[in-house]
Amino acid sequence: MTPLIKIRDLHFYRGDKAIFDGIDIDIYRGKVTAIMGPSGTGKTTLLKLIGGQLRPQRGSIVIDGEDVHKLSRKALYALRKRMGMLFQSGALLTDINVFENVAFPLYEHTDLPESMIRDLVLMKLQAVGLRNARDMMPAQLSGGMARRVALARAMALDPMMIMYDEPFTGQDPISMGTLVNLIRRVNDAMGLTSIVVSHDVDETMQIADDIYLLSGGKVIDQGTPEQLQKSGSDWVGQFLQGLPDGPVPFHYPGTEFADDLLAGEEHR
Amino acid sequence: MIDFIRMLGRWALGTLERLGRATLLLVQIITGIPELMMRFSLVVQQLFYVGVLSILIIVVSGLFVGMVLGLQGYNTLVDFGAEESLGVLVSLSLVRELGPVVSALLFAGRAGSALTAEVGLMKSTEQLSGMEMMAVDPVRRVIAPRFLAGLISMPLLAAMFSAVGILGAFLVGHGLLGVDEGAFWSQMQAKTDWYDDILNGVIKSIVFGFVVTWIALFEGYDSVPTSEGVGRSTTRTVVHSAFAILGLDFVLTALMFGE
Repeated sequence: MTPLIKIRDLHFYRGDKAIFDGIDIDIYRGKVTAIMGPSGTGKTTLLKLIGGQLRPQRGSIVIDGEDVHKLSRKALYALRKRMGMLFQSGALLTDINVFENVAFPLYEHTDLPESMIRDLVLMKLQAVGLRNARDMMPAQLSGGMARRVALARAMALDPMMIMYDEPFTGQDPISMGTLVNLIRRVNDAMGLTSIVVSHDVDETMQIADDIYLLSGGKVIDQGTPEQLQKSGSDWVGQFLQGLPDGPVPFHYPGTEFADDLLAGEEHR
Repeated sequence: MIDFIRMLGRWALGTLERLGRATLLLVQIITGIPELMMRFSLVVQQLFYVGVLSILIIVVSGLFVGMVLGLQGYNTLVDFGAEESLGVLVSLSLVRELGPVVSALLFAGRAGSALTAEVGLMKSTEQLSGMEMMAVDPVRRVIAPRFLAGLISMPLLAAMFSAVGILGAFLVGHGLLGVDEGAFWSQMQAKTDWYDDILNGVIKSIVFGFVVTWIALFEGYDSVPTSEGVGRSTTRTVVHSAFAILGLDFVLTALMFGE
C-alpha cells in the first residue's frame, strides 16, 4: 500500500536552530496517524509544512502523488481544498456565527444553491452535535465547542484528510472524551486520513493506528501504540509515562547549581 | 562607534525589508481587485465599517473646525474691512488643505487603527492562517475589500468635512458676527475654482486614503501575533499615517500650487 503522505529527508531551520533534521514519515490512507513529542519539537510546524504554508530547506512532502512545495499557487490551493485543518484555537472567524463559519468554505468554493448549503451545514453540525448552536457567535462557545465547530468546517468540503493541531489541549474530561471519540468516528465514517499532533499520551494512544515520536528534530521511534509501549528505549518510556526526570533532564542544561551559589553577587 | 554604525545598518536593512514586504502586499491587493468586483458585497460591508462609522467624528470635527475658522477669519479680515470675503477664506482653506488633511488624520485615528487591530487580531487568532488552509487567500478575501473601502471612503469623508466646515463658518459668520449672507456665498462661488481648488483637494484625499489604508492594513497583516505586537502595530499605524499625511501634503501642495 502506498502512503497518502510521504515525507522524505525533511530539513527545516528557524535561524540556526534545526526544527527538523532529516525526518521520514509515511501516513497511510484511512488511518489515524499521531505525531507526538514534547512541546517545542515543531509538531505544529510539521502541519504547516504539510499544508504548504511553510517551505522546508531540504526534503520533500508528497501528498497523493503531488510534491507540495513544487506546486504552483493554483495547484496548491486546489490541493488545500482536499485537506482540512483544525487549529488549536479553532481559528473560527469571529465576526460571523457558527452556521456561517461552517458554510464559509462552501460559499467560497462552490456555487451550490442556498437550500443545499443549508442542508450540508446542518448535516456537518449534526455530526459534531452542535446543530442547535448554529446561531451562536464564536465568542459564546466554549473551547471544546469551538473545536467541534472547526471540525465541522474542516469537513464541509468532504476532504480526503484532516489535520488536528493539539485537539485535546486545555479540555475538560467530557469535551476531551467527545473529541477523542469524534476524531475516530469521523475518520472511519468518512473514510478520511487523519493526522493528530498532540502531547496528550493517553488520549492519543486510544485512537491512533500509528504513532511517530519526535524529539530534537528527529523521529525517535514509531509504531503502533502497542509496539511503542513495549519499546525498550528510556526516552520513549519517559515520554509515555510522563516521568519528570530521565533522558530529558528536569533541569534546563547550563551551569551547576553549586557553582551558581558560590559565584557571589557579581554574577546574576 | 562600530556598534552605532552596526545599529544604523540593521535599522536601514530592517526598514528596507519592511518596505519591500509592504510593496509586495500592495501588489497582491491590487491584483486581487478585479476579482473583487464580482463580489462587491464584501466591499460594501467594509464601506460601512470603515466609512459610515467614521462619519460622526468627521462631521463633528468639521463643524468645530469651520466655526473656529469663521471666528478667526472674521477677526483678521474685519481689520481690513474685508469681512465679506470670509466665505472665500473658509472655503479655500477647507477645500484645499484642512478638509483633506484633518479628515485624513481623523480617519487614521478612527478607521486606520481599527483596521490594524482587526487584521492583527485575525492573524494572532490564526483566522488568516485558517483561511489559507481552506484555500481562501486572506489578502483577497480580507485585505483587498478593506483597502478598496478605505480608498472610496476617504474622499467622501473629506468632502463631508469641508461641506460641514463651511456650514459651521457660515453659522458663526452670518449668525453670530453678522457677515452678509449674499456676499458670503457669492464670493465663495466666484473665487473657488472647480479644477484648481476642489479637484486638487479631492486628489489629495484620494492619495491620503490610499496611504493610510495601505499603512493600516500592512501593519495589521505584518504584526507580531501577540497582544503586545498588535498594540505596537496599532500605534505605528497612527504615527506613520500622521507623518505620511503631513509629508505628502507638503509635496502635493508644492506640486499643485507651487509655481
